[in-house]
Amino acid sequence: MQKQFIRIFSNEILMYAAAITVVIISLLLGISIGSLSIPFSAIIKIFLSQWFGFTLPDDIPSDFVQIVMAIRLPRVVLAFFVGASLAVAGAAFQGLLKNALADPYTLGVSSGASVGAVFVIFYNIQLPLFGTFTLPIVSILFGLATLVLVLLFTRAVERKMSVETIILVGIMFGAFFSALISLMIALTGEELRQIVTWLMGSVAMRGWKYTMMMLPFFLVGVMLLLFNARELNAFAFGESAAMHIGVDVAKRKVIVLTGASLLTGAAVSVSGTIGFVGLVVPHMVRLVCGPNHRLLLPLSLLYGGAFLVLTDLLARTIISPRELPIGVITSLIGAPLFALLFFRRMRRKT
Amino acid sequence: MNVLEVNNVSYRYHRKRVLHDVTFAVEKGEIFGILGPNGSGKTTLLKLLSKELPLQSGSIAVNGRPLHAFSQKEWARFAAVLPQTMDTAFGYTVKETVELGRYAHQSGLFPAWTAEDEQAVKTAIEEVGLTEKAEEGIDRLSGGERQRVYLARALAQQPRLLLLDEPTNHMDITQQIKLLDQLVRWAKERALTVVAIFHDINMASLYCDRILMLKSGEVVAQGAPEELMERDLLNSVFHAPVSRQAHPTVSKPLMAFLREWEFPRLQRGELRERFMWATLEDCIAISASSPLKVLSSALVGSGFQWATHFVNRQVSKDYDCEDAKTEMKHYLRRRGFPVQQTIGMMTAVSVEDAVCTYENHGAFSVWTVVTAGVGNAVDAAQAWKRARLDQKIGTINIIVFIDGNLTEAAYVQAVMTATEAKTKALYDEKITDPETNSYATGTSTDCIAIAATQTGEIFPYAGTITPIGKAIGRTVYEATREALRRYQQRRKSS
Repeated sequence: MQKQFIRIFSNEILMYAAAITVVIISLLLGISIGSLSIPFSAIIKIFLSQWFGFTLPDDIPSDFVQIVMAIRLPRVVLAFFVGASLAVAGAAFQGLLKNALADPYTLGVSSGASVGAVFVIFYNIQLPLFGTFTLPIVSILFGLATLVLVLLFTRAVERKMSVETIILVGIMFGAFFSALISLMIALTGEELRQIVTWLMGSVAMRGWKYTMMMLPFFLVGVMLLLFNARELNAFAFGESAAMHIGVDVAKRKVIVLTGASLLTGAAVSVSGTIGFVGLVVPHMVRLVCGPNHRLLLPLSLLYGGAFLVLTDLLARTIISPRELPIGVITSLIGAPLFALLFFRRMRRKT
Repeated sequence: MNVLEVNNVSYRYHRKRVLHDVTFAVEKGEIFGILGPNGSGKTTLLKLLSKELPLQSGSIAVNGRPLHAFSQKEWARFAAVLPQTMDTAFGYTVKETVELGRYAHQSGLFPAWTAEDEQAVKTAIEEVGLTEKAEEGIDRLSGGERQRVYLARALAQQPRLLLLDEPTNHMDITQQIKLLDQLVRWAKERALTVVAIFHDINMASLYCDRILMLKSGEVVAQGAPEELMERDLLNSVFHAPVSRQAHPTVSKPLMAFLREWEFPRLQRGELRERFMWATLEDCIAISASSPLKVLSSALVGSGFQWATHFVNRQVSKDYDCEDAKTEMKHYLRRRGFPVQQTIGMMTAVSVEDAVCTYENHGAFSVWTVVTAGVGNAVDAAQAWKRARLDQKIGTINIIVFIDGNLTEAAYVQAVMTATEAKTKALYDEKITDPETNSYATGTSTDCIAIAATQTGEIFPYAGTITPIGKAIGRTVYEATREALRRYQQRRKSS
């Protein structure tokens, strides 16, 4: 699909440096811009005083500290983790299924995980052993179950598991689960607007609690995938090719699917369904640094985080003082890109 | 020593039997071909060997160790696979793709890329001739080039055994030959064993040391190509008519497929009617509307060949040319004859004196055209007495057209019969070899062509006592005697 792809940076260190710079700038922008504008210099001084014991200069009002530390920092950090999770999961799905159109949303995994999350939230369930981790765990399990269902169903339809069939089945399952969620909401009779906003994705007013809730799953998921970067490169040539070069396909597939589901489920449980991040970000990263997963995964993590921080910034400032659901923005960017990729793919076939 | 031993292997997909009781062994350094029609189980067999499918019954052993005892990674260090098609949605470069071949040689969570890995990748890319394109995306390469990239990846695995599924599928003929030549070289130089599915019988015959032939999942035959490339066997395996020929330069058989629909041939009984006879100022040209199969010693078009035009050209007695064949081709082209389908002979005698004789026997007919000159008459039995042989033009040219279907043996017998008849004609005309003063058997530059329509009844023999042989003997004898008389007359009158 990358007919015209250009590898701008040949040097890996340069690529990482560029990505980290983008991440820092986007985080600073995310903290700085809002109903009350806080300059970069003030943000840095606040961090220095909070974390490194420097005294806060007198010219920074104390409500700045409050806004930065209690409101904006937790929000951008959560946005970063959610974006990073979705992007890495998307990259992994694409490699594993050698399918550039795969992402947690198009595969229906996000919707499946949402069903789990809605279930936990609206019926206020708490599993005895897991406490506050009930929400992400149920989300992850629902996401994983959905993924298995989608793949099994696709295989039953067509042994070859072509790109189009997987996506079609994913979207079908996604639609079914969305309907299921609407049904649950209708039955609970709660105030609808808030729920709909959650469903379309948001990282607003979540606080540190949510970041802490998803962090362990994020770390485990990212590790699992990074350890399997070489295997993902092999999978990108198809399962039998992977087998021929010596990959233990069955075992590695389970690991990759688990890792990607951990990331998706954890992200969905704290932010709802945010579509297409996993499609857009790896695609952009591949254009710049090529398809090798050893680079693609960590760079997708960084750029995915930065992407969602900036998208969130856009979502809360564009019709300020009101907020747009973040999923609206990502879908506005992602759906046309999906259409373009799909168009090119079908055109190339004929 | 056997690298690979396959014993009584059977395989079923659901309830369908794909392989049944397949047994064979492959020796080290051997190129072992698997041949069979579509659906004969070739690919399934290869997938079992590559551990892509689990063994259901029977056993496969590698150097005495059962295949299932190898982990996928261990197996990838021993055997590399080149499948028919492989594709990726992403734009990996040639080098990145080949690097994947080192997977089985690495270990640990984040294995180091060693100098040995780098060298193996570099060598593999070099060996398939893609060094220039190492940094290019494989999605920009041609199908053949991509196949070479995957071959390089297989080589980077540094395997002892190479499993190939129709390796030349996406290649043009030049690339195919190049790849297969390279495989043979690797097999011999490095004791690399190759097991390959072939779809081209002749490629398999040319390159394999041994071949396994499968039909409906069962082994029909196995052995050296010389033993297997046999008409009836191939006919029954492929359900397509084939005929066996010798390869022009290599001691391997060459199988020619025949198509069901017949090429236009001359219809029976039309032998003379369908010919165009033209006497131009310096040649006789006989042309047929459809090609005839010809065995000839002519200057142009020698050996077996299909031809529509037969040209007997008259040249001056002093014709002398270093490269008569090329000059003759120029002449034919200038005259507008299709050189590839023309039998071209030369003579110094006047082509107006050509003699035709004809016999029709219903089942076959024979039409003979002779021009004769005996300026260089030679007695074959005493030719050794001559100091040197003049290659002057002074020739008896015989063309025998036969409306019938001749085997190759019959062609050779037809040549013998015609020659004997010619010699008898010379004897009866009392032609002598001027140097030995004995009866001449021919001239030093005689030429013959036997051309048959290859339709109708098949004649396995054309010796002197067979019906066709009798007709040939008589027409050639009579035509030659008459041609000699005309030659003598013209000499006297001039």
